[in-house]
Amino acid sequence: MPTLFDFSDYDRLIPLVTNSLIAGALLALVGGLIGVFVITRQLAFAVHGVSELSFAGAAIFLLFGLDVVLGSIVGSITAAVIIGTLGARVQERNSLVAVLMPFGLGIGILALSLYPGRAANKFGLLTGQIVTVDDPQVTWLIAISVSVLIAIALFWRPLVFASLDSSVAVARGVKVDLIGWLFMILLGLVVAAAVQIIGALLVLSLLVTPAAAALRLSSSQFWVPVMSIGIAMISVVGGILLALGGGLPISPYVTTISFLFYLVARVLTSKRFGIIGVGGRK
Amino acid sequence: MTLLEITDASLSFGPRKIWDKLSFAVERGEFIALIGANGTGKSTLLKAIIGVQHLDSGKVDLEEGASLSYIPQHRTEDSSTPLKVKDLVRLGLDGHKPGLPLPTPAAKEKVMAALKSVQALDLANESVGNLSGGEMQRVRVAQAMIGSPDLILADEPLSNLDLNQQLAVSDLFELQRKQTEAAVLFVTHDVNPIIDYVDKVLYLAPGGYRMGTTDEVMQSDVLSELYGADIDVVRNQGRIVVIGTHDHAHHPGEDWV
Repeated sequence: MPTLFDFSDYDRLIPLVTNSLIAGALLALVGGLIGVFVITRQLAFAVHGVSELSFAGAAIFLLFGLDVVLGSIVGSITAAVIIGTLGARVQERNSLVAVLMPFGLGIGILALSLYPGRAANKFGLLTGQIVTVDDPQVTWLIAISVSVLIAIALFWRPLVFASLDSSVAVARGVKVDLIGWLFMILLGLVVAAAVQIIGALLVLSLLVTPAAAALRLSSSQFWVPVMSIGIAMISVVGGILLALGGGLPISPYVTTISFLFYLVARVLTSKRFGIIGVGGRK
Repeated sequence: MTLLEITDASLSFGPRKIWDKLSFAVERGEFIALIGANGTGKSTLLKAIIGVQHLDSGKVDLEEGASLSYIPQHRTEDSSTPLKVKDLVRLGLDGHKPGLPLPTPAAKEKVMAALKSVQALDLANESVGNLSGGEMQRVRVAQAMIGSPDLILADEPLSNLDLNQQLAVSDLFELQRKQTEAAVLFVTHDVNPIIDYVDKVLYLAPGGYRMGTTDEVMQSDVLSELYGADIDVVRNQGRIVVIGTHDHAHHPGEDWV
């Protein structure tokens, strides 16, 4: 049985995971940021649906010898557009996601079963990689992260307005439908990137858990995204560094760290044991 | 040019007809009270003007380039909004513009002035989720007025407020109208808090609608005709009291038990 923590060859191993660390940090930055909007727009479950279709796209592209990241993007954008178009209401959206999710997973598993390559690589798409991110993948991740960050910065105010105060935003002339679409496409891109590192099944731990913890601790427009990014960053970079020694996938480390943050945030703000009251009153 | 013109608006929800060929116009600087029983589509009318409610037929024409602001009815789900009061008000100022909400002194000053005008300065750093119904209502008024819109659509802005606050908020609408020539479409159950400011009343009833000055519309015969039942409108010291006598009257053709 491999050990959970082993730091004996650390100085030798770190240079090997530089790519993963860069990719992980970037992903934490965009994932933590977009996660805040995922929650305020009530898209937590939709993220899961998008990630399963992203997995299906990646698996199909892998089978046909095409670029896996590109396949991942094609799958997640398709899902994002379908959910954005047909699932305007939360209730409709939830059933739609629940219908899409197993379908995507099934197609993906079919494609993987037909793929003649190594089995270890196959399930990386579902449950995360063993600390190997190659150069083309890092290029993709940098391109995705930078585009998403620029887009969010450009649309920040109308996005916040549309997400938190939709009918008033419409009256002020914000094109909330257009913003909704744009957001789904950005979300699709981030999910596709996250699937490469942490795996389709565990994307929520990066796109939802850090933001959920941050939203328990604050309602500040500044501190919520900052804390969410911070928690995502510690989870991913910390997860990669801890996973290094044991030669295990990074996912369980990442998911556990982000879960612990959420747990602490809940305890700190709980009515019975809490020491923090959100917003300063009550 | 007319600021807002509604022409032959008709809308049904299933078999229930809300309005049939509703037409009216709002000019710049006009203060209009929108009154009517529950289910006559007062809130729906505001939503149709904003564009989130589609009409079965008819049209809504807003003057080219005119800006709107909207005060939605208070709902309990607002309480989960993760936003500070000052940031919610700021959205009304420049939330529709692209880019980040940089903390400029000019913006901060405007937000604080708007909060001060509704006596909510002490709430600036509070979470929206922690506000009481009345506090939220006042913050909404600040949010609606900070952008100096041409037309303010207010859905029961006096609900959850005590009598003094009702009068103070009504005064604010009047002040805003004088200062910025904003038109106001104001949904209310009770015309009295705004009776001195109102230019016209739009009264929606199950059997139709009537628009005119307060004195033209708030009459026993007019309301009785709209409701198809006996309604008494009583005036007392500048206040109007509407008494629905149909609850007690012997309906024609009905036998007393």
